[in-house]
Parts: sequence; C-alpha cells; structure tokens
Amino acid sequence: MSGLQFDQIRLPPECETLRAEVRAFLAEEIAAGAFDPHRPGHGDSHNRAFSKRVGAKGWIGMTWPKKYGGRDRSFLERYVVTEEFRVANAPVRLHFVADRQSGPILLKYAPEHVKMDILPRICRGELCFAIGMSEPNSGSDLFAAKTRATRTDGGFLINGTKIWTSSAHIADYMIALFRTSPPTKENRRHGLTQFLVKMKQPGIKVNPIGQITGQFEFNEVVFTDHFIPDDHMLGEIDGAWKQATSELAYERSGPERFLETYYVLTELVRAVGAKPDSRSAEGIGRLVAQLHTMRRMSVSVAGMLQAGKEPVVEAAIVKDIGTVWEQQLPHRVRDLAAFVEEDVGNRETLESQLSFAIKTAPKLTIQGGTTEVLRGIIARGLGLR
Amino acid sequence: MAGDSDHIVADTAARIFADLADPQTINRANDSGWKAPLWRALEEAGLTLAWVPEDLGGSGASLGEGFAIIGAAGRYAVSVPLAETMLAGWLLARAGISSPAGAMSIAPARLHERIRIEGSRLRGQAVVPFAPETQHIAVLADTQVALVATKSCRVGKGRNLAGESAPVVDFPEAEALQVGAISISPEQFLLMGAAVRAMQTAGALQTILSMSVAYANERIAFERKIGKFQAVQQNLARLAGEAAAALAAAGSAADALAAHASNEAIFLEVASAKIRCAEAAAEASAIAHQVFGAIGFTQEHILHRFTLRMLGWRDDFGNESWWAAELGHRVARRGADEFWPLVASR
Repeated sequence: MSGLQFDQIRLPPECETLRAEVRAFLAEEIAAGAFDPHRPGHGDSHNRAFSKRVGAKGWIGMTWPKKYGGRDRSFLERYVVTEEFRVANAPVRLHFVADRQSGPILLKYAPEHVKMDILPRICRGELCFAIGMSEPNSGSDLFAAKTRATRTDGGFLINGTKIWTSSAHIADYMIALFRTSPPTKENRRHGLTQFLVKMKQPGIKVNPIGQITGQFEFNEVVFTDHFIPDDHMLGEIDGAWKQATSELAYERSGPERFLETYYVLTELVRAVGAKPDSRSAEGIGRLVAQLHTMRRMSVSVAGMLQAGKEPVVEAAIVKDIGTVWEQQLPHRVRDLAAFVEEDVGNRETLESQLSFAIKTAPKLTIQGGTTEVLRGIIARGLGLR
Repeated sequence: MAGDSDHIVADTAARIFADLADPQTINRANDSGWKAPLWRALEEAGLTLAWVPEDLGGSGASLGEGFAIIGAAGRYAVSVPLAETMLAGWLLARAGISSPAGAMSIAPARLHERIRIEGSRLRGQAVVPFAPETQHIAVLADTQVALVATKSCRVGKGRNLAGESAPVVDFPEAEALQVGAISISPEQFLLMGAAVRAMQTAGALQTILSMSVAYANERIAFERKIGKFQAVQQNLARLAGEAAAALAAAGSAADALAAHASNEAIFLEVASAKIRCAEAAAEASAIAHQVFGAIGFTQEHILHRFTLRMLGWRDDFGNESWWAAELGHRVARRGADEFWPLVASR
C-alpha cells in the first residue's frame, strides 16, 4: 500500500457560477410547486416533467461528449449539480441512475448506433434506467447470478429473475448481468455478460415490492424468453467481471453517498434556533465537522478522478464512512432534538422527516455494495487480501 | 493547493527524521542523547524557523511548506519541540519580533489559561509543552506577544499523556526580552495551534495505519496471518477510514490557512479538522492497539509513541468538545437556511 492520498481540490470558479444557476432553477421549481424540499419521500420521486426540465438545462449527462447530447463539462461541475439537487430533495430518481451509471457504461461499451439513439434521450431527461444486478440468491455476491441469456437467431433469450431492482416499474431500460456461460474452475467470475434491456417488452414482468418506508421503489423482474438483439450486448461476452468495476469509483464517492438523510440536520438547526444550549451546539458542531470532512474527501476523489488518477481505496472509504454517517444521522438528530422546546414552529416537519429518515436508514449501508463488501475492498487495497 | 515545494520540504524533513529520529531506535535509547544531533540537523535545514521570514532570522517557508514539515513530524512521532518552535516563530513574527536560535515553546497552549503582561513583566501560569527542553517561550498575552527566556520562569515537572515534558510554567514577574503588539487576533493563534495539532495527528495516523497493516500481514494466529481474518480486515478498513478522514480534514484546514481563506471559512475548516482528527485519534488508537494485542501495550513497542501522543494532542488549543460547541453556535447563529451554503463554500 502506497499511502492514502487526498489532493486538496477546491471547486473552480466556473463551478460557483453553475451553482448559482442550479439554485435559481431549484428555487423556481419549488416556487412553482414541482416538489416540496421539506418533505422528502412524500412527493413523486420519479417526475418525468421535472427531469425533462433538468435535461433542457443541460445537467444530465453533462460530462459526456457533445455528439451524444452531453456538454463536455467537468466532473467537478457535475458534482455541484448533484449535491445541490440532493440537498434540495429534488425528485431526481428518474434520471439519476442513467446519469451516474448507465450512461457511462453505454458510452464505453455500446455500439455507436445504440449510443447515438439512447444517450441523447438520457441527456434530455426522457429515459429512466434500472440496474439488474441482484437476484433472489445473489445480492452482494454478484458473480453468483443465474439468470440465463441463451443464444438464439440474432440475439439472446433471457430467463430468470432479478430482484431489488430500483425503479424497474418505471424504467425504460435496464443494464443487467446475465449468465452466458457457466463459471470456470479457475475463475468463478467468468461467464456473465452485460446487456442493455429494453423494458416494457414481451417476456418481462415487473412485480413491485413494498418497502418499510411505505414506498414501492424496488421490484422483482421476471424474464421469460425475453429476446435481446445482438447489438444490445455490452462489451465482451462472458467478460462482464472485467467491466462491472470500471466506473465504481465515481459511483461510490459522490455526494449522494452521505447526503441522503441530510435534511434532518438542517431541520434540527432550524429547531434549536439562534441560541442553542451547549449540548445541542456541541452535537451539531460535531456533525458539521464530520459532514465537512466527508465532503472534502468526496470532492478530492472527484478531482483526482478528473485528473486521471485512480483513487480506488479512497473512493471506497468515502462510501463506507459516508453511508454509515448518513445512517446514524437521523438517530443522532433525534437524540439532540430531545430537549427542543415543544412549541418550536417546525416540530411537525422535523418529526415527520425523522420518521421517514429513520425508516430509510437501514438501506443506506446495503444498496450499491454493503458495508461488509466495501470494507473487504478497502482491505484488499490495503494489501490484506 | 499542496505545491511541489511542499513535497520537497516535507521530503527533506522526512529524511532527517528517518536518519536521526527513527522511532524504534529512540524508543530503545536509554537517554536523550539523540535529541541534540536531531535538533542540530533540523536547525541547519532551516526547518525549526520555517515560518519566520528571512529578515526576522528564519527560512521564510510558506505556510503550506510548514504544514508539510509538521505532517512529516507526525508520521515519525518526533519528540522534540519542532512544532512548538515553528509556532513560536510564527507568533513572534506576527509582532515583528526576530526569532532567537534554539528551541522554543508557546503559551498558552490550553484554552482557559490567561497570561497577563504589565510593561515587560508577565504574570500567570500555563502548561508549556517541552518547556525544560527550550531556551525561550513565546507568550501571547491579550494582543501582545512577549519573548521570554525559559530560565527566567519557574518550570514545574509535569508530563503529557505520552510522557513528554509538559510542565506548568509560572511566570511570576518574569521579565520579557521583547514585547510587541500582534497584527492578528488572539483567535488566529488558537486556530494555527489547532491546525498544527490536527496535522501532527493526521501524520501519526498514517504511520499507525501502515504499521497495523504490516503487522496483520506478519502475525500468525490460528495458523493464519491475522490479516486474513475478516473481523480483523473490517477493523483495519475502519482504521483506514479514520486515517483518511484525518488526513483530508487536516490537509484541508492547512490549505485554507495557507490560501488565506475568509475568517469564516478558516474557522469551519480548522474547527472541523481539530474535531475530526481528535475523534479519529480515539477510534484509530483503539483499533490499532486491538490489532497489536499485548505487544502493543508494552513500553518496548513503538505503537504508544504514536497513539499516546495523538491522544494527548486532543487537549491542546481547545479540545474537540469545545470546538464542536463553538462551531455549533456559529452554525446556529447563521440559521438553517445559511447552513448548506457554508458547507458548500469549501
């Protein structure tokens, strides 16, 4: 291990100009009633009209080349857009997965005509993507996936079940891992291939699954002889294991990895008022210090990635620390709010937010790679395995 | 941003530490004979007065370069008043006072200590790190700085958590050699001191992490290297997270000071670094000691040179609870709607 590195990256001036534009846009949207920033989880988190307006601003796929509808902007600029939307509790679920994950995979592995067809539509905010990784008997252990893609004329037939698939009930496309060959003795990761799946087609059945928050965001997706054409295969056949990890540093280290429950901290600051007692002040101060530190780590990773470095361990650390923090945050805020005056104006908002955040919290260290798996990755980076 | 010159200066410092302050050698030494050659080398390289402009007797390094030296000193658990001398030189320079040769320390290093000055006479007492090993002390008294000879004060016998001298120094009627009005607010001294301790802590944590990983890859128990056990791996991953947070927070605070960011920004950065590094010190030392087991609890092993030092630094220049309360009050005064803009401004 060569030592941890966090370059001191500061957001350049163009980011601050952009931030002002984003805040102005969000203020207009809030004023127009597009969403309520104080009620996360209450509005429609998939909002097609809103996503189209975001796309019109050029803020989806903004780092991609212009010929695919992107804006050739930097990852630091994308960082600013992501964090401002997240902090405002804006309804980004429709386009966020495509923006963060699916688009970059297509950029790298899809045939040119598929890129020309799909990427501009993502940028316009028209397409929702899902990620088909987990299966009933393979969650964190991706390479245990069993859903089969069998050769047929001009393509593949898909049979099997994906599960915990967020947004599948809305999604226009899914990027999924299917088994094209059995694993080999030498390499148990061999035999999986990445595919672009067009949803809402014959042979695909989406069954919503209720979550403990009361929402229906994830699903079971059952494939029965669903046909996928050859040109929707992404990258090397049987070689998905080489691809699945390529974009992970971006996926792991963004501001969405510590801001998911951020709203309860803002609301606590509102509730304690301008002159909090020292217990509240100290508690808030620690949370602010932790938040600031994580953001500095996260910005640093974004800047290092932009500069062509590969801070793989640092990125995994951001997600580990970030998700554990955002998971504990509602409990710590609840603790600090225990002595807030009964009659503060925002008590009802704070309580309803806490109730939602406490119910959201358990998933934060599971989705996109569990804490245990992440720490295994960190341990490998440290040279322990 | 950390420039190339920061790395060059830090490399020079690290080379001297590796040659003359190897923690293993020092830990085994029966006397403090290693201190004089080390100090001589540090002075000759211009590191002790890095933060003093050339016209006041120093080497005129930038703030960034100085913090790089301090980080390196943390990585080697250097137990001489290097950080204290650098800080003293910086403080004296704020009042246009030249730095004398030799080791210095500073007062007050603790939050509630007050030293008064009347004419050129000082009154009050303070815990002064390394006082018996210094020739001079730079004392901040309200808005003035005094340079006093250590021998003109009454120096007690106290030690810090790591066993380094940190006695209460009495300044009854001590005569200052020089006095000058400072060009900064007293709070800026506290901020510099806190940033220095945070940087030392971040340095110590980098070594603790690499030592712990190396040991887990060597030590065999139950017929396996202990680093192969998932429970140990999970703990070491957490230790890496704490070391990373400390490094990022301290580096960011040093960068904010070096770039002369706004007062508000510097307060957020330095307070966060002091709080987060102190939290990391507690978490990480528990994990590291757990990895090393009984051997790490011995005098003979060098682990304590890192862990105890950083645990002790938590108490200098405001502990994490005090900084957290101050930061929390400031955030509350700004109000909820101005909270995110503050965080996003850095």
